[in-house]
Amino acid sequence: MAETELVTCTIDGLEVSVPKGTTILEAAKQAGVLVPHYCYHPGLPVAGVCRMCLVEVEGFPKLQIGCATTVAEGQTIRVNQSDEARRARQGVLEFLLINHPLDCPICDQAGECELQNYVFQEGQARTRYTPTFAKRFNPVEDFGGDILYVPNRCILCTRCVRFMDHAAEEPILNVSERGDRAFIGIHPDRELDHPWSGNVVDLCPVGSLLSKDFLHKARAWELDHTPGVCTGCSQGCNVTVDTRGHSVVRLRPRPNLAVNRYFVCDHGRLTYRTMNRGDRLEAPLVRDGGELAAVDWDHALARAAQILKGSTGRAVVLGSPFVSNETLYLAQQLLEGFEVTAAFRVERVDGDVPLAGVPGLALRGERAPNVAGAMALGYREALDEAIRGVDGAAVVLVLDDPLEGVDREQLEGAGNVIYVGTTLPAAARAARVVLPSTNVAEEDGTFVNRDRRVQRYLQAKPAPGMARPAWWILGELAAELGMGEPPVAADEAFDRLADAVAAFGGLSYRRLGMSGAVLTEGATAGVTP
Amino acid sequence: MGYPHTPHERETLVLSEHFGAVEARTYDGWIKRGGYQALERALGMEPQAVIDIVKASGLRGRGGAGFPAGVKWDFMPKQKSKPHYLCCNADESEPGTFKDREIMRWTPHALIEGCAIAAHAIRAETVYVYIRGEFTEPLRIMQAALDEAYAHGVLGKSAMGTGISIDIYIHRGAGAYICGEETALMNSIEGRRGNPRIRPPFPAAVGVFGMPTTINNVETLTSVSHIITRGADWYKGLSLSNPKSTGTKLMSVCGHVARPGNYEITMGFPMKDLIYELCGGMRPDRALKAVIPGGSSVPLLNREEAESCVLDYEGVVAAGSMLGSGGMIVFDDSTDLVYQMMRIAKFYAHESCAQCTQCREGTAWTVRILQKILAGDGEMKDIDLLLDLGEQMTGKTICVLSDSCAAPVGSAIKKFPQEFEAYIKKGARRPAAALV
Repeated sequence: MAETELVTCTIDGLEVSVPKGTTILEAAKQAGVLVPHYCYHPGLPVAGVCRMCLVEVEGFPKLQIGCATTVAEGQTIRVNQSDEARRARQGVLEFLLINHPLDCPICDQAGECELQNYVFQEGQARTRYTPTFAKRFNPVEDFGGDILYVPNRCILCTRCVRFMDHAAEEPILNVSERGDRAFIGIHPDRELDHPWSGNVVDLCPVGSLLSKDFLHKARAWELDHTPGVCTGCSQGCNVTVDTRGHSVVRLRPRPNLAVNRYFVCDHGRLTYRTMNRGDRLEAPLVRDGGELAAVDWDHALARAAQILKGSTGRAVVLGSPFVSNETLYLAQQLLEGFEVTAAFRVERVDGDVPLAGVPGLALRGERAPNVAGAMALGYREALDEAIRGVDGAAVVLVLDDPLEGVDREQLEGAGNVIYVGTTLPAAARAARVVLPSTNVAEEDGTFVNRDRRVQRYLQAKPAPGMARPAWWILGELAAELGMGEPPVAADEAFDRLADAVAAFGGLSYRRLGMSGAVLTEGATAGVTP
Repeated sequence: MGYPHTPHERETLVLSEHFGAVEARTYDGWIKRGGYQALERALGMEPQAVIDIVKASGLRGRGGAGFPAGVKWDFMPKQKSKPHYLCCNADESEPGTFKDREIMRWTPHALIEGCAIAAHAIRAETVYVYIRGEFTEPLRIMQAALDEAYAHGVLGKSAMGTGISIDIYIHRGAGAYICGEETALMNSIEGRRGNPRIRPPFPAAVGVFGMPTTINNVETLTSVSHIITRGADWYKGLSLSNPKSTGTKLMSVCGHVARPGNYEITMGFPMKDLIYELCGGMRPDRALKAVIPGGSSVPLLNREEAESCVLDYEGVVAAGSMLGSGGMIVFDDSTDLVYQMMRIAKFYAHESCAQCTQCREGTAWTVRILQKILAGDGEMKDIDLLLDLGEQMTGKTICVLSDSCAAPVGSAIKKFPQEFEAYIKKGARRPAAALV
């Protein structure tokens, strides 16, 4: 890596060294000083219009905007320690509020609103705006797609305009009119239905651009936020899973410069709905006589172990690119000694849907999060072939594949079917043992994205009924068979995997952090004995 | 005052010498008056030599900022790696200013000549003359002159046969005040919304179409030909006061004077003489109350300040305002300054590009407060509020439009507090219909 020239400056008394060319705002961030701002966003070109980030820079007669001014060696910059800068910020806040409706009680943004936050932080308690003066009024506009525009709340930071211009590269938004009559306009013949347009809702610092899907669903302060990975495709965008009680109410992008920068597509955003499915398996089932009957875990695990213990020969794993690496690995471990055929299938759509202005970012045609993980762990994308081979197999282990197009009879013929899954598709009723597993929002685990980056996702909500993470189920089953202690948590499961599988060599759950790490280049795929 | 008219004997006619002579608009008429000799001479010189002469002349930007023209040209890259552009700012949108209009109406070839000389000096092959949309007559005259200049080989791939390529295009604005701000002007030429750009980068590095660009006012460029012909020393000699203010200045005088119009004076001319002699004094039985000396965006001067003011860049600053564009608005004692300030603020509120928060909201708020005062509903705290808003609107935005709103309002409050108090304390009020 080339040596970067560093410059050292002092921000609010804190010395910080940053690469030459860094803006004051970003340098301050590194020093742990937040320079309040509205129009600046690290994923968009600088506009310099909100004038909120004015800071005092020694040697300059006037306040400078932190978002567009680069730091110089030896400079002293004052943000919170400058009365002049604070007054300027208070001035901007007062100006912004003169036309802003104080409708926070019915505004979706309340609680996560940057206007609310900064006013609360350092604004003035009272406005000097004469109450009889009219506020600007424009009716709510449906921008199409998932987006509503509430112009009265708009502070004209132009983040949405710049997103459409420079990230989506579909410039259909603009600032219309001038002066205090200005508002965000949309091309008269177009709708805001670009496949990535949902990002404008996240980018909007106030409640001006709203998601119809999320509208009035929850108050921001009721939500819990959990880091996750989007399951919409193999890009592996980092997301924050927002839950209210036991429901996921929305997904939002979680910044990861190496994967999705600050964005996530609309398709991915809506995958949260599958996390709230109502038709979930809530108890282990075992076949007694003709029908499946609910039992407790001890019973179910004992039955499954019994099946495995009495079998030898060929085993078929019908895996899935939606389950974690830990699960895929432990399934292989469990079937050690069998002649294993491990397969999965993945929905493939023609063509990627790129976010044009961000190279390397697209909604991929490969619509599952862990295809690369499954491949690295020795699973082949050949589910049909594997299903054809279930006849005569000693054991068939299904890992949450929905079994679409598979006949119940076909599986019944196979005999020893163990089904680990979140729901119970018709064909799965052919199983001897059904073990309820958690979905991606209910467990910790890892996926590998198309660029071979291993990324963690965390549990965002409780599992329904008795459902357990699939890695837990498989580990307990292995223990039941006397194959050693089960992993007690996802980190242990991953670390075992990393020890055993060359491609994951050198990684550890801890080292993955929340932004992931890339698989060892050139390592051979598959489980090492 | 319309043209032709007999100029006042105390005027110094350089730029306005041929105002009123219809024949001077034509190529032949311009040649007869010695036109294009300066261009011919300049094209025979090294670009740096042209810059040096202009630097030596002390010519400063006549658009309002007063930045030395030669120094500005010197900012352009010397090693040319990209196309260079010259933009001529003929937007003249500053209220009270109407000098560039007359230059273009009467001596279009003078502007073309100045543009071509400047283009050579900064090594630009393309010039855009950005004329405001309302200037239909100057536009027509300029276009006719431009066509003639091309027909006679003055411009084109080999300007005046020298092999130097200079093309001039006229770009018509759509009537936005802000497009007279140089970076908004460049955006407008590019077909974008006329929003000022943040600086740096400065136009000399990244200007129109992302290329090195210089922007000069019409009057500045027109002055250049004379400097080339008669020399830097002659131009520098045209100063009655400060050596930093040289040459002549076209003053556009409007308002309550007997003879409003354009007057070309030497830098350092007393404002008092301009008003009382050249403009024939105030209207009968009226006295001078205040003057806005440099277009509506500068602080106003009261009578004493105006009568002792020397008209050059330093002199007007010393008096408490700015020479600006030279658009003088003269008010007599019948003027309601509170109302005038509301009208000015309303102009800026209407013309704010809406980018910066302080400007977008502050200009409109200022108007509402002034209207409230005019309606008789004002309170003393509104005065402090206006001054405080003015402080918030000054020096904090991308361009100076919001400063331009705050400056006249703030100066009126400080210099004529009794006018505001008359509305607030003594029950004066204007009917609602008179508040627009």
